[in-house]
Amino acid sequence: MDLSLFLIQTLNGVQYGLLLFLIASGLTLIFGIMHIINLAHGALYMVGAYLAFWLTSLVGNLFLAIILALPIALMMGILIERFLIRHLYARAHLDQVLLTFGLILIFNALQSIIWGNDVHSVPVPEWLNHSVALTDNLRYPVYRLFISGVCITIAIGMYLLIQRTRLGMIVRAGADDREMVRSLGVNINRVYTLVFAAGTALAAFAGMIASPVSSVYPGMGESVLILAFVVVVIGGIGSIKGAFLGALLVGLTATWGTVLAPNFASAAVYALMAIVLLFKPRGLFA
Amino acid sequence: MAAVTPLTDNVSRPAPLMVDARGLHTHYGQSHVLQGVDLRIHRGETVCLMGRNGMGKTTTIRSILGLTRITAGTVSIAGRDMTRAQTHDIVASGIGYVPEGRGMFPSLTVRESLEMAARPGVDGRRDWTLERVLETFPRLAERINHKAGNLSGGEQQMVAIGRALMLNPDLLILDEATEGLAPLIRKEIWRVIAMVKETGIASLIVDKNVNALMRITDRSLIMVKGQVVYDGSSHELAGKPQLLQQHIGV
Ligand SMILES: Nc1ncnc2c1ncn2[C@@H]1O[C@H](COP(=O)(O)OP(=O)(O)OP(=O)(O)O)[C@@H](O)[C@H]1O
Ligand SMILES: [Mg+2]
Repeated sequence: MDLSLFLIQTLNGVQYGLLLFLIASGLTLIFGIMHIINLAHGALYMVGAYLAFWLTSLVGNLFLAIILALPIALMMGILIERFLIRHLYARAHLDQVLLTFGLILIFNALQSIIWGNDVHSVPVPEWLNHSVALTDNLRYPVYRLFISGVCITIAIGMYLLIQRTRLGMIVRAGADDREMVRSLGVNINRVYTLVFAAGTALAAFAGMIASPVSSVYPGMGESVLILAFVVVVIGGIGSIKGAFLGALLVGLTATWGTVLAPNFASAAVYALMAIVLLFKPRGLFA
Repeated sequence: MAAVTPLTDNVSRPAPLMVDARGLHTHYGQSHVLQGVDLRIHRGETVCLMGRNGMGKTTTIRSILGLTRITAGTVSIAGRDMTRAQTHDIVASGIGYVPEGRGMFPSLTVRESLEMAARPGVDGRRDWTLERVLETFPRLAERINHKAGNLSGGEQQMVAIGRALMLNPDLLILDEATEGLAPLIRKEIWRVIAMVKETGIASLIVDKNVNALMRITDRSLIMVKGQVVYDGSSHELAGKPQLLQQHIGV
């Protein structure tokens, strides 16, 4: 194997991992802070991709489409939390799994009705649709580098938001003891709506920026959901730092697995999870 | 038009009520824990709630704050009906709450624990700032970047009180704030409670130290089995040792 293949696959793995981070970070926050298992999280990734495809075909530009789609995704998150998830805080995980699994079925049916079951592609915006020379004989698509850059920026922003702002403090305090947060005059329901909507929008946004690379197809949410859960478990439930490291590990493992051992590739990620849990039963940063 | 007369001009007229809870009944499942509790706290008044273990002191506080649902009764805070209102709205009417067990957020630092609670008082007052809390509890200044979960019990209690003061409350509620602390730390806490009283903030104090309560409070309530059996001046109660002996055992 030559150096350029190694470089390309590593860059692809990092880019895939960073994308997984966008999805897993919302999942881990919703699980760690609100104690909600949200199986519909992957469906929002799919909805994001379809919105990007649909709006790009209408307005002719992916970024304009994303600007239009983000408020839609946020609004969906607010409505889902407000009218469905809110009734689940005091209930068992099984009820949460049932309801959010039902949401997957509904989203998949809507996707089929509205957009059909064909595979669609989304054009890369023109100014990013070229490649750069990394070494003498190695070129790499700029759009993938762009995805990585955007994801890293969001990761840093999220870290600062949670560690440095008063809202972040309240969110972390709520994970420790939500009754006490209420007792300090904070309307924690509003905080939960915000966290859920932000997580939802992040997953949908991941689907939007990934759409030119991954294409858009039915069922794309489910595979990503399972990987995102693997990331959450590896990183430690509720840990953003863990989700970041876990996502990179899973992204690299999945990408390298496909190259080195195609038959074993889908199992490689679970092997990784098993190894991590063997040494750290509660994940890397629990 | 006549000038507005300040309330304090007329000594016989009491200050307006900060808390007016009437006929509170609270159940835990089948057990009838509060059986018609009346509790009134005037603005600026320092009140203690005494009683043996399990008599319903904590439940009374939790019922007023909306943390535990009442089955009957009314609660009004600062003149507004707050019966069955949400806890955050009740607290936002001017209450700083230090719960039994301190209610620490273990993963937050001391600074974060204090800053997350900061808000102006109901009248926009910002008397209590991070700086003032650290002046009041110099030990916390030394621990400012430590995680609350790693502090000693006394330091955690200081964080809990400082955090409640950061809300710039009109009423401070302290549930067993000196429980299980070393004598020197207790003294420190009582010093701060006295200082809070001096600033004109009302307090509701639940504590086991009857002597300190008799010294510092204006009025005392004694609870027995979910009912208030004594509600009167602390000064008078201090002169009735047989009452204290009968209901509290001191
Ligand atoms: N969550 C609960 N579920 C069931 N019973 C409870 C609960 N909390 C308190 N109780 C019961 O209600 C009664 C009153 O309890 P409460 O905590 O109000 O008493 P307290 O006067 O604060 O006692 P202490 O001095 O021990 O703190 C007790 O008999 C207690 O066992
Ligand atoms: Mg108690």
